[in-house]
Amino acid sequence: MSDQTPPEMDLLRFTTAGSVDDGKSTLIGRLMYDTKTIFQDQLDSLQRLAVQRGETLNLALLTDGLRAEREQGITIDVAYRYFSTPHRKFIIADTPGHIQYTRNMVTGASTANLAIILIDARNGVIEQTHRHIFIASLLGIPHFIICINKMDLVEFREDVYERIKDDLKGFVAKLSIPDITFIPISALLGDNVVNPSVNMPWYKGPALLYTLENINITSDENLVDCRFPVQYVIRPRNDQYHDYRGYAGKISGGIFKPGDKVKILPSNLSSEITSIESPSGPVTEAFPPMSVVMQLQDDIDISRGDMIVREHNQPNVSQDIDLMICWMSSTPLQPMQTYILRHTTKETKAMVRNLYYKLDINTLHRIENVPDLGLNEIGRISVRTAQPLFYDSYRRNRATGSIILIDERTNETVGAGMIRD
Amino acid sequence: MTMTTYAVSHLEKLEAEAIFVLREVAAQFHRSALLFSGGKDSIVLSHLSKKAFQPAPIPYPFLHIDTGHNFPETIVFRDDLIKHLGVHLIVGSVQASIDAGRVIEEKGRNASRNYLQTTTLLDTIRELNLDAAIGGGRRDEEKARAKERFFSHRNEFGQWDPKNQRPELWDLYNGRRHHGEHFRVFPLSNWTELDIWQYILQENIPIPCIYFAHRRRCILRNGVLLAYSEFLTLNDADKETLAERLVRCRTVGDMTCTGLVESTASTVEDIIREVAASRSSERVSRADDLRSDSAMEDRKREGYF
Repeated sequence: MSDQTPPEMDLLRFTTAGSVDDGKSTLIGRLMYDTKTIFQDQLDSLQRLAVQRGETLNLALLTDGLRAEREQGITIDVAYRYFSTPHRKFIIADTPGHIQYTRNMVTGASTANLAIILIDARNGVIEQTHRHIFIASLLGIPHFIICINKMDLVEFREDVYERIKDDLKGFVAKLSIPDITFIPISALLGDNVVNPSVNMPWYKGPALLYTLENINITSDENLVDCRFPVQYVIRPRNDQYHDYRGYAGKISGGIFKPGDKVKILPSNLSSEITSIESPSGPVTEAFPPMSVVMQLQDDIDISRGDMIVREHNQPNVSQDIDLMICWMSSTPLQPMQTYILRHTTKETKAMVRNLYYKLDINTLHRIENVPDLGLNEIGRISVRTAQPLFYDSYRRNRATGSIILIDERTNETVGAGMIRD
Repeated sequence: MTMTTYAVSHLEKLEAEAIFVLREVAAQFHRSALLFSGGKDSIVLSHLSKKAFQPAPIPYPFLHIDTGHNFPETIVFRDDLIKHLGVHLIVGSVQASIDAGRVIEEKGRNASRNYLQTTTLLDTIRELNLDAAIGGGRRDEEKARAKERFFSHRNEFGQWDPKNQRPELWDLYNGRRHHGEHFRVFPLSNWTELDIWQYILQENIPIPCIYFAHRRRCILRNGVLLAYSEFLTLNDADKETLAERLVRCRTVGDMTCTGLVESTASTVEDIIREVAASRSSERVSRADDLRSDSAMEDRKREGYF
């Protein structure tokens, strides 16, 4: 780590997926250890635990934060980990490999720019590998790194690596993944993790950390379709700012500038942006993921849940929404049930109209005529909302194409939805 | 031709995220408060709160759970900041909880009021009928905190159930609650200690002087340097270690369990250099976390910060 971080340092969020013994936690431990993110006291505490259990030092324990996890040797919930290099800060959403897998992986993937998928070189591509890749692609993660791990246990053989790559080709072609990289590694020994492997001279690509540091993520945001969901209206109501009305929120898409002619949904009234304030003062341009305050030329009634857009590029407006949904509750989703739907800064009631099919996420086969959708299942549904949504397809914009469903009685978040084209 | 790149630095992203979360609190809750300890994280939160709502005032009061065992410098700093921001300060007093018989003071050499704070905090939340309490907790601080949500649900007893948390997807935060329940909200979840210091430097945010190296009488107990004060019970072994040293606070909390580090850092730049080169996490100097491997998780389950 350098003393003074250069100001151009950026931030990359990634998620990791692998089956139970693929060495996922070891890989994360290795990345953090080799970038000197693990502190001495944390290492000491792991060492104490190892001695107490009569085991060797286990870097995997670093990511297991709850007592029950350490006791049972399993990961229960998404854990977030941080490390940085002089170029980039990284946020890892580390998700468990077994129970409630889908729910946790969808959660971790929802905010990720990149997914690392781990495959055990000895076992090759298994059913779970397909599931992990499918979920990450469904959640619209733009960059994939497939790490073929435990190369040390297959004598670092190139043919093993090539065969696994070939096995995945057909499956990957069925999904739309913009960017995919394969790296043979040994998380345990550190080959191709931070330093290039001396054991695999046949691999000409860069090591994992170099790849993570250099993947271009600035083009991942939608800079075309201007979308500004109003989050909060700032009204000081004092003498100095008597008539001030500022519309606060996060830019969900496009580039807004003072002077832009805009349209406000749902009123369809037109106005013009007079100023945009960032947290550090006025700006001439605002783009994702900035949090800003806009002021408009005209005094219009605008409140939370409204959306400011450009006149000639408007989102879809409808009460009938077609979704892929991942179910996260032990109470199944059933047609004709009503839920609270949250989309951008808007909340409205929604009724499930149709459950078209559920997916066998290992084979991607559609199973039709199903009565309900259970915990960790993914299916296609349509909902009717009480108020119209202003949306884009999830493929086009993750911020304006995503929704959650909330159970009205328990207030639990029960479903994660991605709006279809 | 110059190419415009629409890149945002890591601090700008973290700032935008935290401000989004603070505005979400103002939009989704009716009675919220910011938990203010006088430490660097809550100072950064107050700075972000000002930015999130300007030119309007900050729409929630600050709540300080006061153990009565403070570094005097922190209280002076707190009162100045409150005046400067024009916010309302509410103090929940652990001494008052002791006097009312709600809690019993710990006895012995390692006694600390840190653990008693939970009762005072939950009582105050109930009295004020708060539905959200904004805290400066960060996921990099401690392994139980790594499991926290931005919007963290607390049941009617103020308890956290880490194994049954609501999934938190995209930036769609679900703050729906039943009567009597509340949320802890952590806008700095994704910040690290180094991010906090870099932001303090970038924004030129004033911090209490005890974060900088100063000479102070300390004792060394169980490998932790503690500031000598009338609140500590010393035995002979402690007295032998009593000496003046050049130290600074890495975290700021109750005097009886906030450890000090030996340091010569006199500027924020010095502190950044020190933190970047440090081989131990900031919680190493917290006697409260060293009590057991799951000390933080246990306290958090019961309603701690």
